[in-house]
Amino acid sequence: MNTNANQPTKNDEKNFLVKEVVARHQHSKGALIPVLHEIQERYGYLPVEIQEKVAKEMNISQAEVFGVISFYSHFATKPAGKYRISVCMGTACYVKGAGSVLDKLKEKLHVKVGQTTEDGAFTLEECRCLGCCGLAPVLTVNGKVYGRLTIEDVDTILESYKNDGGIA
Amino acid sequence: MQFFRSHILVCGGTGCTSSDSAKIIEELDKLLVDKKLDKEIKVVQTGCFGLCEQGPIMVVYPEGTMYCKVKVTDVAEFVEEHLIKGRIVTRLLEKSSDVKDGEYAIEKSSFFKKQLRIALRNCGVINPELIDEYIAFDGYKALIKALTEMKPDEIIETIKKSGLRGRGGGGYPTGSKWEFAAKQDNDQKYVCCNADEGDPGAFMDRSVLEGDPHSIIEAMIIAGYAIGANYGFVYVRAEYPIAVKRLQIAIEQAREYGLLGDNILGTGVKFDLEIRLGAGAFVCGEETALMTSIEGKRGEPRVRPPYPAEKGLWQKPTILNNVETLANIPMILLKGPEWFASMGTEKSKGTKVFAIGGKINNTGLVEIPMGTTLREVIYDIGGGIPGGKKFKAAQTGGPSGGCIPASHIDTPIDYESLIELGSMMGSGGLIVMDEDTCMVDIAKFFLEFTVDESCGKCTPCRLGTRRMMEILDKITKGRGKMSDLDELETLARDIKAASLCALGQTAPNPILSTLRYFRDEYEAHIRDHRCPAGSCKSLLSYEVTEDKCIRCGLCAKNCPVNAITGSKKDEIPFVVDQDICIKCGVCYQKCPVDAITK
Repeated sequence: MNTNANQPTKNDEKNFLVKEVVARHQHSKGALIPVLHEIQERYGYLPVEIQEKVAKEMNISQAEVFGVISFYSHFATKPAGKYRISVCMGTACYVKGAGSVLDKLKEKLHVKVGQTTEDGAFTLEECRCLGCCGLAPVLTVNGKVYGRLTIEDVDTILESYKNDGGIA
Repeated sequence: MQFFRSHILVCGGTGCTSSDSAKIIEELDKLLVDKKLDKEIKVVQTGCFGLCEQGPIMVVYPEGTMYCKVKVTDVAEFVEEHLIKGRIVTRLLEKSSDVKDGEYAIEKSSFFKKQLRIALRNCGVINPELIDEYIAFDGYKALIKALTEMKPDEIIETIKKSGLRGRGGGGYPTGSKWEFAAKQDNDQKYVCCNADEGDPGAFMDRSVLEGDPHSIIEAMIIAGYAIGANYGFVYVRAEYPIAVKRLQIAIEQAREYGLLGDNILGTGVKFDLEIRLGAGAFVCGEETALMTSIEGKRGEPRVRPPYPAEKGLWQKPTILNNVETLANIPMILLKGPEWFASMGTEKSKGTKVFAIGGKINNTGLVEIPMGTTLREVIYDIGGGIPGGKKFKAAQTGGPSGGCIPASHIDTPIDYESLIELGSMMGSGGLIVMDEDTCMVDIAKFFLEFTVDESCGKCTPCRLGTRRMMEILDKITKGRGKMSDLDELETLARDIKAASLCALGQTAPNPILSTLRYFRDEYEAHIRDHRCPAGSCKSLLSYEVTEDKCIRCGLCAKNCPVNAITGSKKDEIPFVVDQDICIKCGVCYQKCPVDAITK
């Protein structure tokens, strides 16, 4: 028996998600950004197919949707790696050597800021001030904070995720 | 009501949460149950105490003992010693504090003594997730007074008389802004709160939202009543999850208590509000860009006039106040405008919160009366510069601001004095720099920021900042020309003149200010190909001073690229091969006798 017929396809899932989120925000003015926030939160990123559906559901042009997505750095059109490493480049962290930490990560992972390693394990990002300046310089891996970093800590942190058995 | 003999306050701000304060609370709760103390002693998660450097922070009342850098593994000892045997765990007291027994450290230690906490009055005092605690500390009392005893124009008059000015950057008088919006004849007006704290290194707005969210809600309702608006938006950075969560909880509790809704406190006044998340665009901290973003569009600034008080959100009269500004409002109504105006300087009243960071011992959040000198902030409150280094400059105002050099360290801080020095108050980030910080590199750092964050609408800002950054990059790599300095000044003037919003108009400030005070550093990079601070990598070369070298080999052992050779056994001097060296500085850090120079 073909069980696939009863299961929702990926496309149906996306349709359902977009419809549901848009419906919940339909009475609110200026809802596009909250809608995109929620979809990205649940789907992980905002690929073209989703952008099309959002435009259709909200009765606006796809260009407007893409215009907003490309304007705000928080919105991603590509999926991120399994571990998102985000180095704080706020002033306090920068003065305390965040630049060297970032350089070391670029060198170890062979990626630029915004890129994901080939094996899909790590995405390297920079962010502007997480607000824990007392721990500067700081980076986060999937939200977990590592503070008072030295360049040597970078190896230890990367190793701990590689040895986590987490990388498929 | 249940009484407790002791309260343990644990900071639940972002800084302390990052070093596991939530787990400390869990462990405390668990051990209190185990020891059957949970009916006598209560654990409270509060907002930020301000001394982030020493986090996680835990304060025990009634004795007022402050414990610092507490780890989950310290909790058992603390419960056994302090709570059961009544003995202070001295190893967890703040080492550098002048209060040796740790008692009442919050009142007595030099970090807290010179502060005056008005906007931060409840941070580190109450549980921000419980509206009853806010009410117990006079919360919503100002709202009751406003709605039952005052007319809208009386409120505006009070705010005007207090001399309160916007704490988000520009310093525009709050009362006049409200008055302008109140005069507009329109059936729909809005109140917005700017919590899009983008200046990297400033986190006072986040701390207020995390530690005292109800004060913002209370102030927004008062503002709504004063100008005739019935709806509000709080625009918060998405990077502040704890602040968003606490504000959401606070809004729901305020609705339950009838403090938000169609008939507030039975007075018939109507007001409600919602949170809108930013999405990582710095320009949205600018008022017109912020409103465009709330409207669901690309957050590009608009031309002013018309000002938002006339045509703001969806073309309706709108006021926009920063978080810290709003946090002052309830206190002004309760204690009177004269009380507020009695603090500060002639034109800058009240207090200002600063986030001090960078090369300073006590990184954290401090609230001081306007007119306090930079020296008091850095040495008395901030505890000075680590490692005995020399103070070089303090940067205020973030990417829009400038530097205050050591020669002006005794300037009283207020809106005017900072502008005179070529900087600005901004939102209150104060980054301390020492002799190892290169001022050209700092200017480049801020320009990289504005290049990234320029929205692209105005060409001089979009392209001009990029050109300036390229010139700075050349200088830091030793490829600059003296004529580049004139070019920078020309570009700076043009960008300031031809940009629509404050982002572009202020983007050249970090360059102009460093050129004004540290021109010699620029010239050293250009003429001598030398970075006086020893920070620009391209201009550095690490070398072993043979006289000092004890041939321990630590440098060679730690060099990641094997650029250092030499041997103690064979008496071969250690040398750095400059072709292989990647200038990471590990040898410099590891050398036990300072034999490596840069």
